[in-house]
Amino acid sequence: MFGRLNADAFKHDLIENLAGYSILIGLVVVIYLMFHHQRWKWIWKEYITSLDPKKIGVMYLVVAFLSLIKGLVDALMMRVQQMFSVGESFGYLEPDHYQQLFTAHGTTMIFFVGMGIVFALMNFVVPLQIGARDVAFPFLNAVSFYLYAVGAGLVVISLVVGVFSGTGWVCYPPLSGLAYNPGVGVDYWIWSVQIAGIGSLLSGLNFFATIVKMRCSGMTLMKMPIFIWAILGTLILILFAFPILTATIGMLTLDRYLDMHFFTPDFGGNPMMYINLIWAWGHPEVYILVLPGFGVFSEVVATFSQKRLFGYVSMIWALGAITFLSFIVWLHHFFTMGAGANVNAFFGIMTMLIAVPTGVKIFNWLFTMHRGRVLFTTPMLWFLGFVLIFTIGGMTGVMMSMAPIDFQVHNSLFLIAHFHSVIIGGVVFGFFAAFAYWFPKIAGFKLNERLGRYAFWCWMIGFILAFMPLYALGLMGATRRLDHYDAATGWQPLFVVAAVGIAIIFLGIGFQILQVIVSIKHRKQNLDTTGDPWNGRTLEWATPSPPPEYNFAVIPHVHDRDAFWTMKHARVHHKPHYEDIIMPKNSAIPPFIGGFSFLLGFCLIWHIMWLAAFSFVGIIICMIIRLSQKETEHLISAKEVEKHI
Amino acid sequence: MNKKIKIIFSVLLLVAVLWVSVLFVDINKLSVLNPKGIIALKEYRLIVISTLMMLVVVIPVFFMTVFFAWKYRSDNTKAKYRPDEDQNHLAEVVWWGVPFVIIAILGVITWKSCIDLDPFRPLQMNNKPLKIQVVALQWKWLFIYPEQKIATVNFFQFPEQTPINFEITADAPMNSFWIPELGGQIYAMPGMSSKLHLIADAEGSFRGSSANISGTGFSGMTFIAKASSEADFNAWVESVQQSSSSLDYNKVVEPSQYDPQAFYLLTDGGLYEQIVMKYMMPTPKKYMGK
Repeated sequence: MFGRLNADAFKHDLIENLAGYSILIGLVVVIYLMFHHQRWKWIWKEYITSLDPKKIGVMYLVVAFLSLIKGLVDALMMRVQQMFSVGESFGYLEPDHYQQLFTAHGTTMIFFVGMGIVFALMNFVVPLQIGARDVAFPFLNAVSFYLYAVGAGLVVISLVVGVFSGTGWVCYPPLSGLAYNPGVGVDYWIWSVQIAGIGSLLSGLNFFATIVKMRCSGMTLMKMPIFIWAILGTLILILFAFPILTATIGMLTLDRYLDMHFFTPDFGGNPMMYINLIWAWGHPEVYILVLPGFGVFSEVVATFSQKRLFGYVSMIWALGAITFLSFIVWLHHFFTMGAGANVNAFFGIMTMLIAVPTGVKIFNWLFTMHRGRVLFTTPMLWFLGFVLIFTIGGMTGVMMSMAPIDFQVHNSLFLIAHFHSVIIGGVVFGFFAAFAYWFPKIAGFKLNERLGRYAFWCWMIGFILAFMPLYALGLMGATRRLDHYDAATGWQPLFVVAAVGIAIIFLGIGFQILQVIVSIKHRKQNLDTTGDPWNGRTLEWATPSPPPEYNFAVIPHVHDRDAFWTMKHARVHHKPHYEDIIMPKNSAIPPFIGGFSFLLGFCLIWHIMWLAAFSFVGIIICMIIRLSQKETEHLISAKEVEKHI
Repeated sequence: MNKKIKIIFSVLLLVAVLWVSVLFVDINKLSVLNPKGIIALKEYRLIVISTLMMLVVVIPVFFMTVFFAWKYRSDNTKAKYRPDEDQNHLAEVVWWGVPFVIIAILGVITWKSCIDLDPFRPLQMNNKPLKIQVVALQWKWLFIYPEQKIATVNFFQFPEQTPINFEITADAPMNSFWIPELGGQIYAMPGMSSKLHLIADAEGSFRGSSANISGTGFSGMTFIAKASSEADFNAWVESVQQSSSSLDYNKVVEPSQYDPQAFYLLTDGGLYEQIVMKYMMPTPKKYMGK
């Protein structure tokens, strides 16, 4: 009846229980607050059933932020374990629990924080910047969000029911095969990533169509804001890379569910194939995360240097080169597998080539500051921090692209320090810059600058303390994913410094939460009444903050790059001509599809096949209902539009 | 505080924090930077060369970041302000060109060193190499000396100045075989036999470990690689041959954690080949771990 699900699934040790309880208590508190403030109807109407990309973007943000906190708690727990688990002492975590932590940390940070941030930015900024009222497929957009949220939910539910995978976030077979991991852990990983991955692919399709087909008149490709170019590169990567992920995990699923042998070494299977395939997706994925960050910094630097972006054409070529090269470097994740010298050399050289366009971008940003008037607002601070950290990460990246060097640092903490330098520098700092930059547009008021600066300094100092020791540890022979080591290694003091660093990063997160609370409280003083709080350059600042459902009362016509900047400086006043606007109606079907997907994933994990079949039929029925609906749009009359201006 | 002082203060703060972060490094324990064999030494030299070459770009980037932030801060009204200046072909040629030249040089070094330091490539030495077969198990390392007819767990000894030909496989999930002071690293995969060629230039005991997650007991998969004189090595081999019980592979292969060092007589000279081959054919489930 319940497949593999029985009472044992709910039995955990004390620490795991604490995690489970804290989530349950959080849930109860949220539900209580919702009843207390009678917000159920509001949230249902304004968010859950909304097809407005701006609202969907906010929902992405909420899930990504909660995931970030969870991922950071995982990280802190790992470092605390490593602080104490030396020599005779084995720390406070069982090895299996520790291994779940780092698997969950990686999976959460990449799929549910990184991808969540990327799609939040796309949803909010892309339609506004290209002068569009909506995305190409609004309904699909909402479905994508719910698939993503379902993935994040499955990772969280594994804290309470059963266990998560302990195989590392890329789940290499044969360790992730049935023979070594018969339990539900790997299945939790498979279905959370698979479902979220399908959501990402659908989103990729949607936004690609949006950028290609829905730009406002006059916005030719070479007049698009650089952020849109960066997103376009990201979308191309998503469209080519995510099908590989889906197929690879599909084969792993067949191995585990139908006893096939694609990736186990007996019966002719080949684990090396899995490792190749997962990185053929995995390396482009790195750029899927970081290209939007590059886009954000391009906007931020130009705006706060009060100057045009330097080398626009160069930037686009650099983006194109990175997009292309990112598909022919995947082997550098496993030089140590023993491919021939020439194969290693080819992939090594392709990898270090990426440093050239990336360096070009950094020089272009720096020369955007040159002869500008630089305002040190929080987004700009995040940018400066990014340059320092990301450059170190890039340098160590080029080092590791030389296979013989990689032999000596592969899978060591040096590698961990490298990719955290580029991901925290590029993706996380990029997102924080974007958050401070576009927050007034989302909310209608600015964030508190002082608390933002405190948060930045905590992150910056915390980052240095948390990750510079890791470079040294890697050179001392410390490998990743260790829950215990000998005292003679001399690693302990550095692990202590690293743990202190994580604690300071937590302080930074604390300031950021405080910043949002304080800013909401004092929003009256920071109201953005003009819609253009930063003296912006691109079209989103031409709308009121927050923008109406339809974004633009009149679709703008673009003559130049930095379209809004040009409009401001050449003000032509003629009475705008308003027209009726057709927008999609809310739909309750995406949350239902999400609900059924969650049930489907959960039941497949626990082998409750009858309920899985039921959920699958449920999804199909939802789609049939949607396809047979006729009145899916509503009309906003020209008069109404005019009234709101 | 005006912006000028703030910028100086920020830079000083960052440098101080950077210093604190590496304050506790014990230089002697940076094993990758203290190579004890020619392979590790060559790999170390590559680290130094590539770092120096990249500093050619990295130092100007750091300098410009601080200098531009300083000079073009908004309250410095004396600095030039050219809001519409957005390209300079010469400058762009420089920053496409210089990094490209550096990468081209590094590329040539990469290609040559990839061939020179290919783990599968035997070392060109006059003396006869020692053959050691390595099997990653759950969760320990088995070292087989087919010529000396002995086997050890989590420890192996070898003569200095003698090339060692490792053959590496796994009867477990994938692991990675790494001895930082001698050079590294290659995957140990079930059904595959990898090769690695290392040498120690001096006597010493070096820490080795697995670098790839392989399940519960992964953290305990450390071993000691002891380089001794030729005479000491021969004496050690003899003592193992005389005082040890013979290796029962079915017992050793059982999963266990934090195993102490152990020494065995090798009765089955073809054991390593059998371990590799058992994944080559459709074998019954009894060989797959628990």
